[in-house]
Amino acid sequence: MSKYLPKQSELVKEFEEKPSVLKGDYEGREWWEMPFEFREGNFCFPAKPEVIKDLGFPNPRKWQPTDDDWKLPDGWQKILKDAMKERLKKYRSLKLYLDSCVRCGACADKCHFFLGTGDPKNMPVLRAELVRSVYRNDFPMVEKILKGFAGARKLDEKVLREWYMYFYQCTECRRCSVFCPMGIDTAEITIMVREILQLVGLNNNWILAPVSNCNRTGNHLGIEPHTFVQNIESLVDDIEDVTGVKVNPTFNRKGAEILFITPSGDVFGDPGVYTMMGYLLLFHHIGLDYTISTYASEGGNFGFFTSNDMMKKLNAKMYHEAKRLGVKWILGGECGHMWRVVHQYMDTMNGPADFLEEPVSPVTGTKFTNARATKMVHIAEFTADLIKNGKLRLDPKRNDHLRTTFHDSCNVARGMGMFEEPRYILNKVCNSFHEMPENTIREQTFCCGSGSGINAEEYMEMRMKGGFPRANAVRHVREKHKVDSLVTICAIDRASLPPLMRYWNPGVSVYGLHELVGNALVMDGEKKRTEDLREDPMAGFEDGEEDED
Amino acid sequence: MKKILMPVAAVALLALIPYVGVEYAGLSYLFGVVIPYSATLVLVAGFLFRMVDWLRRPVPFTIVSTTGQEKSLDWIRQDKIESPSKPWHAAVRVLSEVLLFRSLFRNNRAELRKGPDLAYGSHKWLWLGGLVFHWSLLVIVLRHSRFFFLEPGPFFQFLEQADSFLDVTVPAFFMTDALVLAALSFLVLRRIGDAKMRLLSLQTDYFPLFLITGIVVAGIAMRYFAKIDVMPVKDLALGYMKFSFSAPGDIGSLFYVHLFLICVLAVYFPFSKLVHMGAIFISPTRVQLNNSREKRHKNPWNKPIKFRTYAEYEDEYREKMKKANIPVEKE
Repeated sequence: MSKYLPKQSELVKEFEEKPSVLKGDYEGREWWEMPFEFREGNFCFPAKPEVIKDLGFPNPRKWQPTDDDWKLPDGWQKILKDAMKERLKKYRSLKLYLDSCVRCGACADKCHFFLGTGDPKNMPVLRAELVRSVYRNDFPMVEKILKGFAGARKLDEKVLREWYMYFYQCTECRRCSVFCPMGIDTAEITIMVREILQLVGLNNNWILAPVSNCNRTGNHLGIEPHTFVQNIESLVDDIEDVTGVKVNPTFNRKGAEILFITPSGDVFGDPGVYTMMGYLLLFHHIGLDYTISTYASEGGNFGFFTSNDMMKKLNAKMYHEAKRLGVKWILGGECGHMWRVVHQYMDTMNGPADFLEEPVSPVTGTKFTNARATKMVHIAEFTADLIKNGKLRLDPKRNDHLRTTFHDSCNVARGMGMFEEPRYILNKVCNSFHEMPENTIREQTFCCGSGSGINAEEYMEMRMKGGFPRANAVRHVREKHKVDSLVTICAIDRASLPPLMRYWNPGVSVYGLHELVGNALVMDGEKKRTEDLREDPMAGFEDGEEDED
Repeated sequence: MKKILMPVAAVALLALIPYVGVEYAGLSYLFGVVIPYSATLVLVAGFLFRMVDWLRRPVPFTIVSTTGQEKSLDWIRQDKIESPSKPWHAAVRVLSEVLLFRSLFRNNRAELRKGPDLAYGSHKWLWLGGLVFHWSLLVIVLRHSRFFFLEPGPFFQFLEQADSFLDVTVPAFFMTDALVLAALSFLVLRRIGDAKMRLLSLQTDYFPLFLITGIVVAGIAMRYFAKIDVMPVKDLALGYMKFSFSAPGDIGSLFYVHLFLICVLAVYFPFSKLVHMGAIFISPTRVQLNNSREKRHKNPWNKPIKFRTYAEYEDEYREKMKKANIPVEKE
């Protein structure tokens, strides 16, 4: 695995032996006195100067968090403070959440990074307090009367380093906000802090490089149009090998009824590509009139992790392309952050999409009234509707070689509220589905530990720590129900959960929901299926045996 | 320890001020009239300022935390409270938070065990302690309204009877007095006893707890032990209702301790975390509707931005696209 990752036994030892506040150990020091340090494995590499320049962000330079000199611009305190003031004026959430936390501690043991590291500054209440303590210093009256009364701090370089460390140890998953009696969402604070850190040139390459690529080529991986098409065409060949069916996707086709947009991880990354094969099989099965765009070839929006403007800029392409192609509406693939942006921001930022029509399923006639304004439908909603109306021929036995559980991705769960559709589909396409323990699923789901742009190789140690609560819950169903397949509807999950499983739960593989749909679909003109889309043998469908159907 | 002792000392000092002031300097007019009016003014003006200050800031995006199934297909049951799509759903959501502490009821406790293994247990103590604390305070405040009216209405009489139905002492013992003290002790001990709480608590977390304890203890002492004459107290309270500035009658200095600490709380309120009382009604993640795909939400400062258009993209890749048989706009 990664050279930035200690052996499992070492990490287990750290979990079990290192004193931590999670285990009731209290050092007697105040939280702001507690040390932290940058070392290999706990930070992501900063963005390369050329990437920063390309995006027009400030202060491009070569530096490392382990350096003594971060080469900050002159007057960086003022830049940050002014930016904070501006955002306090623009967002009620930020102001309200800084003012009204009562430090009741309900959020304290809810963050996956706190549970995995035991580092108290990962308790959401203290993560926000990193900012709150500085914000409070802007009201110095109380502090002068009673020194230390409200825990105010000056914005010095140590505080800035803390911000950089801990706001990139937050995946904006919002689990804390579920338990907060005030509804305080630490993700809002993380979003703002990352946005202002950008202004003094503190960022990470794993976020900015994809953003730059996406801006230029249309997708995170920087894939140019012809390569994009070639890749999907090679998937078309793979589908033919496995099923004997030739699917026929089109690209940038004007006049198609539906534009399909999914994260580029589904086109290039393993195991995302199998999910892509599932989509292609499904669309072929129902004869959907759709097209895929090479220009708007990315659903995931890493701009969300840099600044509001950048998020808007990348997202704008979706509507722009839908308008150019003259489609009726947009269908969105399985993705977490993409759906957070589409659901919460897209129409506000880049709407109204009045050049599109209210989405109607061409197969069932169902009107997706819940997407009346954005004109963008989630593929799980679309497929669930197809199954409910009996439009798919499915043979769930074709997934009998898998024993599944379902991972709710945080953005779809807590940023959108989609829980039932994927479960409905999963129950229809496979026979073995077991839920993880109740405090770890649905609205209480745990992040994969690598969301919000910290899925970097060099961050592997932190990822394995942050993902531990998720892995631990999977282990429970693995032991109890022999689960070996973790199904999810998020492209980052498909990229980040496989190493997490290899590390904590070897033998558990990660699947996209529509990969299982693709396995189960009984296609017209198909050959006798003996293998699933991964070319793994399917149980009960071996060569020479009678098909049970 | 310092962060616990300092607030204790502060409250003790604050309690001493009116005692000395009235007992030895005869400043009953200052503590009975001037300060209460000033404190009320600060409370009302400060609280209104905070609310208006929050409300005039925009909520540019729909950022509701969805903790239940959204409204989607007809046959999928929407969780109307946890994923509201109509104003009344959100109203129920917020009120259930305000009245019943819904989110805290969900609370659990994570434990790291050997293995390593994480286990989660139900943990409703904070919910129970918080609920008892807030409800007892509310009942106590409402009970006090009898001082402010010549004829308290039937609701207040009922409240008083219900609160004292145990009827074990003379004067009748109020359950809420005991409950609020129990809840306060729990909330303080919880902050001290749990390592996480000890670390994250600041002086500003202990101070209001001790201040309220001081108020409650002074109140209980007056009612059951020192037995203050209530008639001049009632006269003073009725005077407040008429905005009268006449001097208070002869009341024991313990009363002024009680009153002064209340004034301190009132002044402290708008400038501290206690404003959560107002914030909870307008927290964006809770009050908003999860209908952002159904209905366009406006952002007052949404400015147009320049993005890379399809035309620019095609200009760069046209030849490659043509070779790959991807349709292009310009040949």
